Amino acid sequence: MEPSPRTATSNPPVATAATAANLGERDLVRRSASTVPPPARQLEPVAKLIDVSKCIGCKACQSACVEWNDTKPALETNTGIYENPHDLTPDMFTLMRFSEWENPQTGNLEWLIRKDGCMHCEDPGCLKACPAPGAIVQYSNGIVDFVHENCIGCGYCIKGCPFNIPRISKVDHTAYKCTLCSDRVAVGQGPACAKACPTHAITFGTKEDMKRLADSRIEDLKSRGYENAGLYDPPGVGGTHVMYVLHHNDQPEIYSGLPKDPKVSPVVNAWKGMAKYVGFAAMGLAAAASVLHSAFAGPNRVTREDEEKAEDLVKEKI
Amino acid sequence: MATTSIEKEDAIHPGRPVVVDRYNLGARINHWVTAISLILLALSGLAFFHPSLFFLTGLFGGGQEARAFHPWIGVVLFFSFAGLFIRFWRANLPEKSDREWLAHANDVIAGNEEKLPEAGRYNPIQKFNFWAMSLLIIALILTGLAIWDQYFYGWTTIPQKRVAVLVHSLSAVLLICIWIVHVYAVIWARGTLRAMTRGSVTGGWAWRHHRRWLKELAEHHRFKKPAAPAE
Repeated sequence: MEPSPRTATSNPPVATAATAANLGERDLVRRSASTVPPPARQLEPVAKLIDVSKCIGCKACQSACVEWNDTKPALETNTGIYENPHDLTPDMFTLMRFSEWENPQTGNLEWLIRKDGCMHCEDPGCLKACPAPGAIVQYSNGIVDFVHENCIGCGYCIKGCPFNIPRISKVDHTAYKCTLCSDRVAVGQGPACAKACPTHAITFGTKEDMKRLADSRIEDLKSRGYENAGLYDPPGVGGTHVMYVLHHNDQPEIYSGLPKDPKVSPVVNAWKGMAKYVGFAAMGLAAAASVLHSAFAGPNRVTREDEEKAEDLVKEKI
Repeated sequence: MATTSIEKEDAIHPGRPVVVDRYNLGARINHWVTAISLILLALSGLAFFHPSLFFLTGLFGGGQEARAFHPWIGVVLFFSFAGLFIRFWRANLPEKSDREWLAHANDVIAGNEEKLPEAGRYNPIQKFNFWAMSLLIIALILTGLAIWDQYFYGWTTIPQKRVAVLVHSLSAVLLICIWIVHVYAVIWARGTLRAMTRGSVTGGWAWRHHRRWLKELAEHHRFKKPAAPAE
């Protein structure tokens, strides 16, 4: 397996040789509305680990995201909560979501802060739903990326996504979301948010390393009384390349509605699977029936006799 | 009931052959605006339906353009079809004789029209097409608005949008099937197309396919010059 370009929290020297070609066409494992040849090489799967228990809600990750991606989220008004902007937008790919939760066991008020954004599903619903060839791609290291020049702005990715992540820009009518800093990863850098995080709540590396790191964190949390601490790497979407360490992994919903068992909606699967086959079959049958009827029954022609009958009728009634 | 079969533009021109007015200019323009919209919608919609047909977006200038035009053409179709609906819904109301007509399905397919009860302005299959089109277009406009993110994103939730897009695609498939049958029926029953081009059919066509309609017209003396003296 090829080593995937990676960093944890510091910047390693940028590898010189294979960098330019990293995360190119040959690293694609999936391409929306198209088939791709098996990738020439298998990159090592990467992951971002977000340890919710370490997050202090400083939003450095949001700032870093805005800076690296050069987006300009609109200024909004304060509505009495910390979330700003109030939702993910085409210009804000990641968002700290704050929720106040009263723990019924301890009676403590817990301030749960979750960095929301694309989870980079192994089985991406957005890519499945996308009708535009090459507008959504998945690399062999697990990153799911939107390719804006191929995007048509239809919003099907929004319907496919089990996490409510993609947003369509009203400016260029294409869909935006976290890229996992694929452009940084391709040249051996970690994502901007991970780099900026002051408490190392966000780390980036191979998925294997991140799972190991998570294990040690979970062990620590359990030793401190969080008996349900665990890793959020939901199997319903094949696992994700953005994972959370949650102190209450038994109830992810309390973290601003993180879905408990996310999967691509059966409605989307029906639409992208059965509906296509049934649809083509039905249209094909209608056309085939017409052709067959034409071949066997022949045209239905008005005869001279019909015309005479009509003329007689008119003469009689006039 | 029977008199509802006649539309006000319908009239017989006596002569050899007899010519019967069936669709006035307004109805024909209305029909063709609907038809063109429907074809454009099918082409752009099918492009989003399956990757193998995505190339059809090229007809509209590209994927972005097809995505942007499609719902607007849908709005045109909706209002245009509404015009047809207002014109023709009365003549498409089901009648008692329709049941018997449909019981002779074999004769319909074989073209043995002399064995069928005389049809009014529309036969039961035409009526079915009319009502099916009407219902499907209502389903398509409603589900279409639900997935028109540009203007109506906030009107529905994402789970609702998923259902809407599935219903939209299935309704479109059914509508295309009905459209295929409609077009084929026009080709099969020779002499039908001129009803929507010149606006008239021959007396023989009316006698063969819509005899009760022709008889009712004659009964009500819906004659045009040079028939006047007999009035």
